[in-house]
Amino acid sequence: MKITFQINGVEREIDSPPMKRLLDVLREDLRLTGTKEGCGEGECGACSVIVDGEVINSCLAPICQMQGANLLTAEGLSRDGRLDPLQQAFLECGAAQCGICTPGMLISARSLLDANPRPTRDEIKEAIAGNLCRCTGYIKIIDAIEFAAGARR
Amino acid sequence: MVHDPAAWSPTSLDEAYELLAERGSEATIIAGGTDLMVALNSRSLDAGEFIDIWRLDELRGVSDEGETVRIGSLTTYTQLIKSPLIQQNLPSLVESSRTIGAIQIQNRGTLGGNIVNASPAGDSLPVLAAFDAELEIGSVRGVRRVEFNRFYTGYRKTVMKPDEILLAVRSRKLKPNERSFFLKVGARRAQAISKIVMAVNVSTTGAVINSINIALGSVAPTVMRAVETESLLTNENLDPTNIERARRTISQEIAPITDVRSTEHYRRTVAGNALAKILHRLM
Repeated sequence: MKITFQINGVEREIDSPPMKRLLDVLREDLRLTGTKEGCGEGECGACSVIVDGEVINSCLAPICQMQGANLLTAEGLSRDGRLDPLQQAFLECGAAQCGICTPGMLISARSLLDANPRPTRDEIKEAIAGNLCRCTGYIKIIDAIEFAAGARR
Repeated sequence: MVHDPAAWSPTSLDEAYELLAERGSEATIIAGGTDLMVALNSRSLDAGEFIDIWRLDELRGVSDEGETVRIGSLTTYTQLIKSPLIQQNLPSLVESSRTIGAIQIQNRGTLGGNIVNASPAGDSLPVLAAFDAELEIGSVRGVRRVEFNRFYTGYRKTVMKPDEILLAVRSRKLKPNERSFFLKVGARRAQAISKIVMAVNVSTTGAVINSINIALGSVAPTVMRAVETESLLTNENLDPTNIERARRTISQEIAPITDVRSTEHYRRTVAGNALAKILHRLM
């Protein structure tokens, strides 16, 4: 099936089996390996991407549902070599350890700040409730998102 | 994937009807995919053909029909949570939608998917049962309406025929003297599949219960109404003695099993406690 969509600002057309997971199209066909596979069943959020302004699990979306969609992955966060304020904040706050949850955390946080530029700590926790991190205990991740929101003021 | 399943992505309801008439016996309908893709990825679902209905915008959205609210089957949990019409008239549906998965799932999972997937643990189902909702089901043969409380015929079984598709849910609005409650017990707040889930609609005058609808999930092969407990409480006083009787009755009335998420004993105890907690909040 031929599918056309926009990804990180670029129009792409691919020919793919219709039920192939968006996650696999990103990693295998488009070589965008920033998006990670964790559980493969919608629990961990490592594969989070933004589709038409909403964060979803790319392991649960068949590619046939992406016709005409506008996608943002971790690779699309930086612009012209400048990091997204969230990426800068994750670096400065030490919010990454092993790193496998980081792209998904950044995507969920980006989706939150786009809708709500000044979230409370509880709103941040709610926004990343679908993203598991087994290293940090979340505190530094929440700090970093708060810091990035402050930096945008 | 060893073998790639085929899929059709119709862009109109008529086109979907035709496909279902032709291939409905072999093909599985996929909406938001939050349950089906898990099964497909783990190979517990062996399906060779899918009809992807994601492009059917005519099945999306919430509308005010005066006495009732109509919810298109492709409406996502996020759309329900954000809808002022649902917040005002079906508040327990907003509460239940907020407990389903996390944001990633709420953005993609649909009310229709939760219904047709027919899991006894579907979190929106007790709410629809407590509101006596009605379902609108379509096919090339026409549109029919089915009471939600008659939709399930057994574990993961429904009255739907292979050529049919769920179009919408219709529910009455909350009445002025009525309150709706939703309570879910799971291992954690986000991402958990329920151990028990309960929805209660209750109308009172002073301390007297005029009518009460109690629905539960994860405690029987399908979502169920606790009719014995309902009749025990109807036209009775809301007092500690009656609450105690209701707690004991409901824990006997349900038919839970022991599984990976919980035990039969725990579910009976917590169902009683959950109902008592809701009734105490009314006192």
